[in-house]
Amino acid sequence: MVTAASAVVLGGVVWPLAIVAVAVLMPALLAGVLPTLLRYSILFSLPLAMSALIVNLFFLPGAQTVLLRIGPITATAEGLAFAIEILARIAAISGAVTLFYLTTKPSELVLDLERRGVPPRLAFVANASVQTVPAMAERAAAIVAAQRARGLDTEGNFLRRLRGLLPIVGPVVLGSIGEIEERSMALEARGFTRPGRRSLLWSPADSGAQRLSRWMLVLALVGLVVARTGGWI
Amino acid sequence: MLRLEGVSYRYAGAPRESLREIDLDLADGEVVGVVGASESGKTTLALVAAGLAPRAIGGALDGHVLIDGEDVGDQPMHEMATRVGICFQNPHTQLSQVADTVFEEVAFGPLNLGIERLAVARRVAQALDALGIGSLAERDPRRLSGGQIQLVAVGGLLAMEPRHLVLDEPTAQLDPEGKRLVSDALLSLAARGTAMMICEHDTDLLARLCSSIVVLDAGRIVLAGPTTEVLADPKLEEFGVQPPAPVALQRAFEEAGLRVTLPA
Repeated sequence: MVTAASAVVLGGVVWPLAIVAVAVLMPALLAGVLPTLLRYSILFSLPLAMSALIVNLFFLPGAQTVLLRIGPITATAEGLAFAIEILARIAAISGAVTLFYLTTKPSELVLDLERRGVPPRLAFVANASVQTVPAMAERAAAIVAAQRARGLDTEGNFLRRLRGLLPIVGPVVLGSIGEIEERSMALEARGFTRPGRRSLLWSPADSGAQRLSRWMLVLALVGLVVARTGGWI
Repeated sequence: MLRLEGVSYRYAGAPRESLREIDLDLADGEVVGVVGASESGKTTLALVAAGLAPRAIGGALDGHVLIDGEDVGDQPMHEMATRVGICFQNPHTQLSQVADTVFEEVAFGPLNLGIERLAVARRVAQALDALGIGSLAERDPRRLSGGQIQLVAVGGLLAMEPRHLVLDEPTAQLDPEGKRLVSDALLSLAARGTAMMICEHDTDLLARLCSSIVVLDAGRIVLAGPTTEVLADPKLEEFGVQPPAPVALQRAFEEAGLRVTLPA
């Protein structure tokens, strides 16, 4: 969060990219997740980055230095400069979020939130939502295989793929809905609806150095905002 | 002792009752089998006995569900869960989805009850040991076979330390290896004196586990008695229940004019 916020507060191109290098790429390299981070980060931010590039390059209000004309629209130097700034911020935000996703186990995060007083049901919903995604993906893969075995065409051009989507989405969603009642009964049968705090089996490690680092980062962010709004940087 | 006295149950919006005037006892240490054709009311009986109907799913219940003589109709579900545990057909829907290891999965119920963590760890170790799945403790429950997941689900119930277990077709969705795993574990629990009510199509399994059998038809008890008598009753097939293999074999011999006495 501090990484993403710092990139937005500082603005420009150099600062966000420096932050990406120091706070995203280096930790990802140390954690051994750099290739995955780059792949996911690009994948997730590509639609937003493309739209930001196109909108700013061609339609930035007040831009006058023409770089290129394509029919009625013009690409401008000011638009390109601003688009690059926006892309740098998007890189910082998507990189930071992806790094967090790749290096933090959802169950540990939720356990820690619960330890800090988040209501157990809210924590459960957050955790179960994340953990259910792989199960849903597995179910979808099985349904795709079954539908293909019955002649459904799921490859080819966009329209063909779109037509093939409905017979897959239907069983995935309806199958999941059909299981809700049994899942909720299974939870009730395990005391889930008991009011009050539940006990925790363990807590994620949180050393003094980790706590100090977190506070330092928050203080640094506050300092950054003050310096920026005061015009010192 | 879990006792159902004159129990009738109607699902919300249903035109008629799914259970009618059921009287059934499950004594401590006893294993009772419940058989019947599909739609005969086995699952409904399991839900009522475990307290989920009508607490969790609504509907209207007449009669009394008693535990040790106390009417538990007004007890909240989390308290009922410590007295009667219920295991469903589908192993996958019984996982909490939030546990990374089998140990954590089995601990989910006791943790919900707010039990202190060392006591939870002891309960989990005992439950895994009772089912012979201690070696799975560190495995991801979502990556286990159906039979293993079903055992983890039963382990999660045992860790709640209920006096009675209700199992609704615990082997119905399992492959032969999964069935064998669960059957062996249930035999082991029965030998330890765990009181169980098992709703099941597999009469061979029930013949090995149960001391008495109840036959349901259209929501009513139509046959009840000691396992050997009920499972050998010629009327069993009229109610859509296949007799166990030894009984079927004995009848085939008799129809062929052969006199053979099979061991009980």
